[in-house]
Amino acid sequence: MDSEIQIHLNGQARTWRSGTTVADLLHDLDIKAERVAVELNLEVLDRATFDQRLLKDGDRLEILGFIGGGSL
Amino acid sequence: MADDRLMIAGREFKSRLWVGTGKYKDFVETQKAIEISGADVVTVAVRRVNITDRSKENLLDYIDPKKYTILPNTAGCYSVEDAVRYSRLARAAGVSDLVKLEVLGDERTLFPDTAGLIEAAKILVKEGFIVLPYTNDDPIVAQKLVDVGCPAVMPLAAPIGSGLGIRNPYNLKIIMEMIKVPIIVDAGVGTASDAAFAMELGADAVLMNTAIAGAQDPLAMAEAMKYAVHAGRLAYRAGRIPRKLYATASSPIEGML
Repeated sequence: MDSEIQIHLNGQARTWRSGTTVADLLHDLDIKAERVAVELNLEVLDRATFDQRLLKDGDRLEILGFIGGGSL
Repeated sequence: MADDRLMIAGREFKSRLWVGTGKYKDFVETQKAIEISGADVVTVAVRRVNITDRSKENLLDYIDPKKYTILPNTAGCYSVEDAVRYSRLARAAGVSDLVKLEVLGDERTLFPDTAGLIEAAKILVKEGFIVLPYTNDDPIVAQKLVDVGCPAVMPLAAPIGSGLGIRNPYNLKIIMEMIKVPIIVDAGVGTASDAAFAMELGADAVLMNTAIAGAQDPLAMAEAMKYAVHAGRLAYRAGRIPRKLYATASSPIEGML
């Protein structure tokens, strides 16, 4: 009954359990939600909706945060 | 001289030295250098989080966003689309609408693509961003950036990381005279005298990264830059003497034998 989904996470193919929300995913990855931005299929998500956004097979996710930088 | 605040889009900034957080040896050095510099605005880049190794520390564990204004940049973006995308991600990751907008035109010089910059600024201003654009030392482009709603303009002194100093003081001076919003000289500073020179010209602030992080002793250079920016600002406000070709004696002739 516990089916799995394939997602693309920061450019890597990953398998996750179905029924996972964005908030669950961040929790599984040990990432603090208040420190990152999440883009789901090119849509930048509002942090307040992380626990409502259910992941589905084939989703493309990007999780980004701040790193040291001046200009590049 | 007491009341000399830098105001941008209704925000007050205490320091006229703004610093980047790249190229330091480690986060401890980053933190120390920034603290010594006295800067209250620090730039950061937006990149993918490491999802395989979560043991890596986070910059924000060392740079407290409550203490510093975090200014995310769009460094590495060569198109309007990318710059807009990274700006939106920066806003979603952070706490403010501030963005240091970079749309680069060429990898070798890292000079801005000013046409793309104006276009991206226009889009982002409409979305409510406070856009601080990294631009060329071109007064006309600077004015166009103001026209589309940028509350400050950040012209370069020299190519990013070059350390060449103030290459075109006359254009920068024209920008400072023509443009009615704060001017932050960004990129190209090599040493303390460059920062002082930018401030003496009338810059409202100076932003640098490599000049401090790349110095042999970054902490000592951070301190030097703090004094340089302060000295340059004081000198600008004090009003320098005009240049003359010949000497004017400082001691009176009267009373000589």
